[in-house]
Amino acid sequence: MPDVKYSKEHEWIILEGDEATIGITKHATEMLGDIVFTELPEKGSNVEKDGTAGVVESTKAASDVYTPVSGEVIDINQTIVDDPSKINEDPEGAAWFFKLKLKDKSEMDSLMNKEEYDKFAKENAS
Amino acid sequence: MEVKKTSLNGLHQKYGAKLVEFAGYEMPIQYKDGIVQEHKFTRSSSGIFDVSHMGQLFISGTENLTKDLERIFPANLENLNLNQSKYSFLMNNEGGIYDDLIITKIEKGYLIILNAACKYNDYEIIKSKLKDKYEIKLDETLSLVAIQGPEAKVILSKIIPGCNDLKFMNGNNFIFEDTNIYITRSGYTGEDGFEISIKNEKAEDFVEKLIEKGSKMIGLGARDTLRLEAGLCLYGNDLDTKTSPIEANLKWAIPKNRINSEYPGSDVLKKQIENGVKRLRVGIKPETRVIARGETKIFNDNNQQIGKITSGTFGPSVERSIAMGYVENNYSSIDTKVFLEVRGKKVIANVCNLPFYKKNHIKGEINA
Repeated sequence: MPDVKYSKEHEWIILEGDEATIGITKHATEMLGDIVFTELPEKGSNVEKDGTAGVVESTKAASDVYTPVSGEVIDINQTIVDDPSKINEDPEGAAWFFKLKLKDKSEMDSLMNKEEYDKFAKENAS
Repeated sequence: MEVKKTSLNGLHQKYGAKLVEFAGYEMPIQYKDGIVQEHKFTRSSSGIFDVSHMGQLFISGTENLTKDLERIFPANLENLNLNQSKYSFLMNNEGGIYDDLIITKIEKGYLIILNAACKYNDYEIIKSKLKDKYEIKLDETLSLVAIQGPEAKVILSKIIPGCNDLKFMNGNNFIFEDTNIYITRSGYTGEDGFEISIKNEKAEDFVEKLIEKGSKMIGLGARDTLRLEAGLCLYGNDLDTKTSPIEANLKWAIPKNRINSEYPGSDVLKKQIENGVKRLRVGIKPETRVIARGETKIFNDNNQQIGKITSGTFGPSVERSIAMGYVENNYSSIDTKVFLEVRGKKVIANVCNLPFYKKNHIKGEINA
């Protein structure tokens, strides 16, 4: 089972080889509320670590989605664009956002493991 | 200033509300179900809204009060029946709106329901215009509770028999546990429903009874998506002191026989009715799911800005992105193609009729 890592911007990332799958955490969806709109990066585009790579909007507000690592977008999850409520249903499973071909594996080093993230999320929950 | 709490604050917490500050009050933005579910529950069943932060202004007086109030508001108060309500405006001399409000004729005079953020300012304006001739009171010993939705009449009737006899935009006195309450058939969701004015100390018990009968508390988040689907204005977003009721496409609330009367802004309104306005509030449907929130710029196909969005959200019942805003008059006709600038990209949208969602009110007054 590959490790799941987490970012301070509430994204999760799973690395398999040099391919990373990225989504937003359950904690993030709970803070956002009902998600009603999703925008994802274009397939084939390059995204930079900590740069914006999409948008989610809830009934309340819009939030940027950041990418915790750099790379080329090799796939996007069209299902969550067509029906954004899927993100609230299964944020850390079926509702992944995009897949990257990773540029620099060392970028993974600064990310948190589950235990660290849970602690971080709890401290930052308002 | 300290954040105020309504008499239902304990209930909000009990039912898991996310509380936020709104107009100086700690109010529930949503409960555990979330905005979309709360919205849909109101449309399919019934929802309870704590609107106690709104102002309940009582003005009592006799013969001259109606005439004096007609010098302040454009509503036709002379023809108002006892317990009948009218939607109206408090305006400045330029026809800009200080507040949109509901005036109800009651036994001792009038009850005016004011927006929370405007109520103290409204009170001062109205009080000074009436020059201390009448007793005027912003009653904060009373709570205001709305129950809205197709089941509202069924549920409320179980606690308050006879409430279903009320016609739309009409009210009356009823008794709840030996206490007088005042109920009007009105609301701000596009659904049939009631607003109940009740003593603070009785409000919690009353709401718990409604919940026992199958209703649920609904937060301000769903209140906003419900009113926007119904095409109704939110003061501060869609209406302000620089916007007239004519520009806001609320001409229906200015009775014909009051166009030549004198009240603040009346000369401006008269000119606007005769000559038209430069900009007009319209409904706007973006072609994609993208949400165009307030302040989003509206462009024509020549890339010239022609207006801006004042409210925008995702409508859970109409299942699409919806918005309203002001555009230059020659872009206000239905199906005009416009472009909305969202996060640097232009999104195609169409001007449309309001409301986005329509249900028939209980008869009694023409549904505006």
